[in-house]
Amino acid sequence: MGVTDLLDGEWRRPARALLTIRRVECGLFLALPFLVVAVVVGVLTGPAQGTAVAALGAVVTGLALVSIRRRWHAWGYAERDDDLLVRRGVLIRRTSVVPYGRMQYVDVTAGPLDRRLGLARVTLHTAAAASDASIPGLPEAEATRLRDRLAALGEARAAGL
Amino acid sequence: MSDEGWRRLHPLTPLLRGWRFLLLVAAGLGQQSLRGDGLDRTYLGLAILGATAIALLVASVAWRRTRYRLTDTELQVDSGVLQRRSRRVPLARLQAVDVVRPLVARVLGLAELRLEVVGGGSSSEAPLSYLTEEDAQALRHRMLASTTGPTAGPAQAPADAVLVSVPTGTLVASVLLGGPLLATIVLLLLLVGAAAVQATAAVGFLVAALPVYAGVVTVAGKRVLEEYGFTVEESPQGLRLRHGLLDTRSQTIPQGRVQAIRILEPLLWRPFGWVRVEVDVAGYSGGHGEQQAATKALLPVAPRALAQALVGRVLGGPLPAAVAPVPARAAWRAPLSRRRLRAGLDHRHLVTTRGVLTTTTDVVPLAKVQSLRLTSGPWQQRLRLATVHADTAGRRLRGAQAHHRDAAEAGGLLAELTARTRVARRDSGR
Repeated sequence: MGVTDLLDGEWRRPARALLTIRRVECGLFLALPFLVVAVVVGVLTGPAQGTAVAALGAVVTGLALVSIRRRWHAWGYAERDDDLLVRRGVLIRRTSVVPYGRMQYVDVTAGPLDRRLGLARVTLHTAAAASDASIPGLPEAEATRLRDRLAALGEARAAGL
Repeated sequence: MSDEGWRRLHPLTPLLRGWRFLLLVAAGLGQQSLRGDGLDRTYLGLAILGATAIALLVASVAWRRTRYRLTDTELQVDSGVLQRRSRRVPLARLQAVDVVRPLVARVLGLAELRLEVVGGGSSSEAPLSYLTEEDAQALRHRMLASTTGPTAGPAQAPADAVLVSVPTGTLVASVLLGGPLLATIVLLLLLVGAAAVQATAAVGFLVAALPVYAGVVTVAGKRVLEEYGFTVEESPQGLRLRHGLLDTRSQTIPQGRVQAIRILEPLLWRPFGWVRVEVDVAGYSGGHGEQQAATKALLPVAPRALAQALVGRVLGGPLPAAVAPVPARAAWRAPLSRRRLRAGLDHRHLVTTRGVLTTTTDVVPLAKVQSLRLTSGPWQQRLRLATVHADTAGRRLRGAQAHHRDAAEAGGLLAELTARTRVARRDSGR
């Protein structure tokens, strides 16, 4: 898209391991429930119905996997001299520009799956509730580096309200 | 710690703080006595007396343990009986100072001082209640004088110039032209419809609709009470708003603290050329419902030219005209409001308009923008459209949005805004 060309910067991506996490989540919360339902339906009403449910589950899971891949590709962030750019989304495309001077605080969070694969999410908060600048799937070292750099830059460029 | 400069709140504070509680107790006990078929009257009297004594005692101790002091850089408030609290409010963080006079306090010539600090939240609000009115006004003056610099001397007289004052007739008419008129029309239409089918149905309908109607009228009445006698004055510390019939409130908005402004023009006001102006100041937590509504308006109703002049004054300069239209294909996404969707940008402000029934104009000073965003939903992507958001701090107005612009133009606007907000931030000084 032309949008991100106008905002030039060195775009980076979340780690590939984020894909793995999303796929595991997809398997746990989508494919597995479908499988259970398919087995239950198959036992209770007959193999034909069970197969139908399983087929439906396979299609839905397939679509989810495609969507996961596309969404991973859509993620990007760029650290520029004065601001951080974050872009994301396929269905709804979003690009955020957050000036370092506007940052109130930075969060680094990691769920159980994230921790296993050594990933973390960095979130920037400004005084505006609508700001959404959050980058998932960063390797821990990169997340810490980003947090420290953002905090330092925020301190240096802090602007009053 | 030296005791120098520490002061207490007004001695009547415990009474004023306690009376609501007492009313509750009395009401509760009264109800009990009615239901409890002639329960022992003396017992009841003793209970009330005891509760009163305890409430007064607690409030008095709280009053004795509360003190405040204004230094050059901060307001210090110590309070609390069991859990002591020592609060320091840096004056540099002060967004606004309000003098509020609830009805009962007003009768006694007392007032409450309410501070709004950066970072909002109800806990950040630091009220001083109650003070004599002179004390409250003097304190407000001193605090604002130290935030805005040496413009005001210590004994500055409040020689405020009235910029706008809203006539009561206009206020009442404008409020009636909103909810009450619409409710009446809807009710009449429904009644006629129901009566045409069956006469008795209309009566049932009326009974059912009455509470809703009463609610609408109550809301309208409340608004008139709150915004009665609305005046906007210019004081050395910034704009001062005064309004209210029963509870009068005077708010000061320090210069350069306005985060966003919204100008509303409801359909029914258009024949009169009236508009309403709302303002958002960072950290204005507003607290409880009614105050929140009261602090919103910069001007409840006024002719457009006057409102625009005032907005220009608040923001310190003329505004760019919102003229840039959206492409014709945006009608597929926003068929009703497409013609209203406009944007204007200069080096200091972004102005956008939208709205179908109520024309809404959002103005954001570029120096106050917190973040910029560009979004494009599935429909918008198909139509090559995108929306540009300029987010600001504050709870009510969330900044300005330029909806459904051509995707390439929106990208350009985002890049332009990024550059211009950077310059504006630097120019506005730290």
